[in-house]
Amino acid sequence: MTVRFVPQLDLAQREALAELLLSLADDEFVIGFWDSEWTGIAPMLEEDVATSSIAQDEIGHAKALYEMLAELTDDDADRIAYGRAAEDFRHAALLNHARRDWAFSVARRYLYETADAVRLTALAASTYEPLAMLAGKMRREETYHLLHADAWLRRLADGAAEPRERLASALRTLWADAQELFAPLDGEAALVRAGVLREPMHALDTEWQGQVRRRLEPITGELPAAAPTADGRTRRTDEFAWLHGEFTSVASSEEAAIW
Amino acid sequence: MVMPGSVRSPEERVWDELGGIADPEIPAISLVDLGVIGSVAVHDDAVRVELLPTFVGCPAIAVMQDRIRERVGALNLAERVEVEISFDPPWTSDRISPQGRERLRMSGFAPPQFGPAAVGSDLAELTVLSIAECPYCGSRNTTMENAFGPTLCRAIYHCADCRQPFEQFKRV
Repeated sequence: MTVRFVPQLDLAQREALAELLLSLADDEFVIGFWDSEWTGIAPMLEEDVATSSIAQDEIGHAKALYEMLAELTDDDADRIAYGRAAEDFRHAALLNHARRDWAFSVARRYLYETADAVRLTALAASTYEPLAMLAGKMRREETYHLLHADAWLRRLADGAAEPRERLASALRTLWADAQELFAPLDGEAALVRAGVLREPMHALDTEWQGQVRRRLEPITGELPAAAPTADGRTRRTDEFAWLHGEFTSVASSEEAAIW
Repeated sequence: MVMPGSVRSPEERVWDELGGIADPEIPAISLVDLGVIGSVAVHDDAVRVELLPTFVGCPAIAVMQDRIRERVGALNLAERVEVEISFDPPWTSDRISPQGRERLRMSGFAPPQFGPAAVGSDLAELTVLSIAECPYCGSRNTTMENAFGPTLCRAIYHCADCRQPFEQFKRV
């Protein structure tokens, strides 16, 4: 068996790492549940299968991350996933919105997948090896999601006027909230010093914007200057409160339920 | 630690046993041929098996763990059997053995092509390498219908020559 290198982290670094793992896990968990809202009603059968499969991947990634977090903080993955109030979730503001129409879901998927690719590439180089290994594995799976999102973006953008306009409008609506995938974390500087995080979040945001603006602006027109904000992972909406009620309904009615 | 009169070491006996456990989703292939067994170690107190999931969210992981504990436990090599999930190294479709690839093909699944699913790190140059050989007629005149199939690890293709839909064990 491989002996993993786990850097000695002080209390502040461990707390910051816990915050990082929670934000990653909550992002994957919440987008997975929004995707699952399309199961059975996607625009075509192939898409029904694809969206459901992607949702299953994301919730699986969340499970692995919650388990890593539970080990770090001596907690329980099920409690973290299903035992928290809506306001204790730390997903990015991009994931506060309900699925709305197909173009809106495609726009969010594209923004999410491209940002997630930048983030996973950075995390695969983390000195915290359990996370680096998991991120490397997740990245291989996420490649399929990214290609899928990209194919849909092209399809809607190159289509008739209405789908193109719906897509453009959704992208403009979500643009500011998408930056919050890189919202600063408490204690982030400590993580960068320990090499757990390769670069500060805002640097990853700049890298991501450089990639996606080239792709999106021919569709949306010029996108405004945008940057991550301090409350980007704590703002919550009524739409998320509704989803939270849905995904905690089993756990709240049957305490002993497990994954 | 070879017992007197025995030709198989305890580790080899565990590998033999694991080679007889079928994948829960594609029973034609064993866990060993699928490449999901990372390592086996037999200690006095426990047999430790490292399991490398094909996909992080694979719902068959718990079933595999249970079957390994049950079957390897029956060998009575130690007090208990521990099955640890690991992503180190990550499972890739290149880990499927030549025999496993043949078994997949015989049961109607195209084995994955070798190498990663896509090349290029920049979005502009990212392209999926989606070639699959039809498991029925051997044609490469096939198209990917859906990168997402009935389970996380399977994609759906169509063969233009024999006009059969088929599944590919996903390249990852």
